[in-house]
Amino acid sequence: MLKPPAKPTRRSFLGTSLGGAVWALNLGGNCAAASPSTASEAGRSRVVVARDAKVRSAGSNFDSAQVAKLLDRALQASFNVDSPGEGWKRVVWPGEVVGLKVNCLGGRGNATHPELVEAITERLREAGITEIIIWERQNSDLEHARFKIVERGSGLRCFGNDALGFEDDLSIFGQAGSRLCQTLTRVCDAVINLPVLKDHGIAGVTLSLKSMFGAIHNPNKYHTNAGDPYVADVNMLAPIRQKVRLHICDGLNAQYEGGPSYMPQWMWPFNGLLVARDPVALDYVGWKIIEKKRAEAGMKPLGELKREPTYIATAADAEHRLGTCDPKRIEQVEI
Amino acid sequence: MMNALDRRGFLKAASLPCFAACSGALIGARLAAPLFASPAAENDEPFIREAKFYEKLPYKKVKCKLCPRECVIDDQERGYCGVRENRGGTYFTLVHSRVVTAHIDPIEKKPFFHFLPGAVAFSLATAGCNVNCKMCQNWEISQVRPEQVRSTYVPPDKLTGYARENRCPVIAYTYSEPVVFAEYVLDGAEAARAEGIRSVVVSGGYIQADPLKNLSAHVDAIKIDLKAYSEKFYKEVVNGELKHVLEALVTLRKTGVWNEIVYLVVPTLNDTDGEFQGLARWVKSELGPDVPLHFSRFHPEYLLKNLPPTPIETLERAKAIADAEGLHYVYIGNVPGHPAESTYCPHCRKKIVDRTGYTINGVYLRHGKCQFCQTTIPGVWS
Repeated sequence: MLKPPAKPTRRSFLGTSLGGAVWALNLGGNCAAASPSTASEAGRSRVVVARDAKVRSAGSNFDSAQVAKLLDRALQASFNVDSPGEGWKRVVWPGEVVGLKVNCLGGRGNATHPELVEAITERLREAGITEIIIWERQNSDLEHARFKIVERGSGLRCFGNDALGFEDDLSIFGQAGSRLCQTLTRVCDAVINLPVLKDHGIAGVTLSLKSMFGAIHNPNKYHTNAGDPYVADVNMLAPIRQKVRLHICDGLNAQYEGGPSYMPQWMWPFNGLLVARDPVALDYVGWKIIEKKRAEAGMKPLGELKREPTYIATAADAEHRLGTCDPKRIEQVEI
Repeated sequence: MMNALDRRGFLKAASLPCFAACSGALIGARLAAPLFASPAAENDEPFIREAKFYEKLPYKKVKCKLCPRECVIDDQERGYCGVRENRGGTYFTLVHSRVVTAHIDPIEKKPFFHFLPGAVAFSLATAGCNVNCKMCQNWEISQVRPEQVRSTYVPPDKLTGYARENRCPVIAYTYSEPVVFAEYVLDGAEAARAEGIRSVVVSGGYIQADPLKNLSAHVDAIKIDLKAYSEKFYKEVVNGELKHVLEALVTLRKTGVWNEIVYLVVPTLNDTDGEFQGLARWVKSELGPDVPLHFSRFHPEYLLKNLPPTPIETLERAKAIADAEGLHYVYIGNVPGHPAESTYCPHCRKKIVDRTGYTINGVYLRHGKCQFCQTTIPGVWS
């Protein structure tokens, strides 16, 4: 359950910010320690599931103002603070270059919504961020999802990895050996991950963890065995581990079958957002939401289709410690 | 910019540093002449052709039928190789005529030891591969998507022209994995054959039977890199399955196209006596004793930099085991100056092709026969 928000003191503010950095560096000794304690009850990872049918305006469009309100409520609940602005200040620092990693593979029908990105951008500016970069695999992916490419200048930019390219050297962990995009390694100080709530025909689901495949040069090599352990290994690569600070999963529209491509017959109006600092916990909660919807639709569980997202448990194991997938250690807050 | 090079541009480019890794052999890297260096392509259109080997599935999905993976690919997604893309339910290769590196190499570098000794091969590659070997020497072109590496547009007729201008009797599709650019190989080989130029392929052999038969009908020789003789190695180091490569070797043998096998000996991972013996027995029983088998020396690369180069004694042990099993042509590779680089007549034991590194010191064959004892030596000699 959500605790009443407490006013942060200067000391607690600094402490939480540093705590977030320590967590990102993966110095915690176990999954519980790896979770950001300030964002949840002690030893638990908080995942906020915020939903509101009012986000939907006429037809298939979304009301930007209502999306922003939903985002504000989700951030406030996620950080247990009086205002969403206080929450954002625990994620980013003024002067940082902040990347918004969107997921656009599904194109116009099933990508991170620009309405959500617009709301986040506005809140980041209010938090003192002046340099924001919306990025994804390729410019064409962004354009298909209604984003406008802006490669040059300052302020708000938007481009794919094809703009800056990849590091020459490999980053290696476990079974993953990849070149990381320079947008992540050289430009962004912090990243907010904005995946989509959807099914994946090979990996089971594609949420926070798998969306980081958009930061590497060779994602096509990592889909065997339903992405296990590759998804977890990629998220262990240092720049990803250190810079991704918050995950906001776009569930305004959601898809329970046929992903990652857009399949309108398997979409449903979830009208929600999932917010967490722990990507493993978010993925676990998101996976269960998709499984529930599949069951309601009379579909087999992903495990029976040999695409259970076992990489989520791998991400939580002793070798990775990226978060927790133990339901007892996940504080799911529904608003 | 992305244009086929004219003669002037070609010569100018030839003087520029090579931008892609050369083949695994270290000596060969010094011999290789870099031929292309051009800016990255600005758009994909000239390189895109509908793929030849796939089937359409419901919901705009496709199933690739080129390699044993049989990737099922969603709209806008690519297969494991990264160079084939589903666009609205139609599958396309993105690498037709999209050359990322080209060199003039001795044919011995491929290696082919029973195919036109001393010939030079116009050797080229596109990006991409359908496996992910942890010891890949060319990962900078094989393990990338085509848009991530600089490329030059070289359609089949230009390719043939470059080979002719450089007096190369052979075009070699090599360095990365020609299976993933099969359509280009087929078109290039057809154009080359019409001009009297031969084509050879250097491949990991991870390919289905139909495309392999198709390929075999168009090219003159295929060398297969058999990475190991254990499924464990293929699973853990290659990200593939051995059984499919063995099937391909048998299919290839039946087509009659000339083939040789290379086995890169990686310390601690595929270097036991049992593996060498199992391999040699399998080759003899399934392919026959006359298929040349090259045991090549590993050098630390890519994701296996933690291992040392193969001890020469290990290579000699492998050769001794394969010799004892009755294979007629067993070589040691990547050890310049080793006596096992040369070819010996299996009957009279005399040296019939004398090699040092990639240099041919002498060929003692007449009409494909040992000139000392008249034993027929299998291969393509003229």
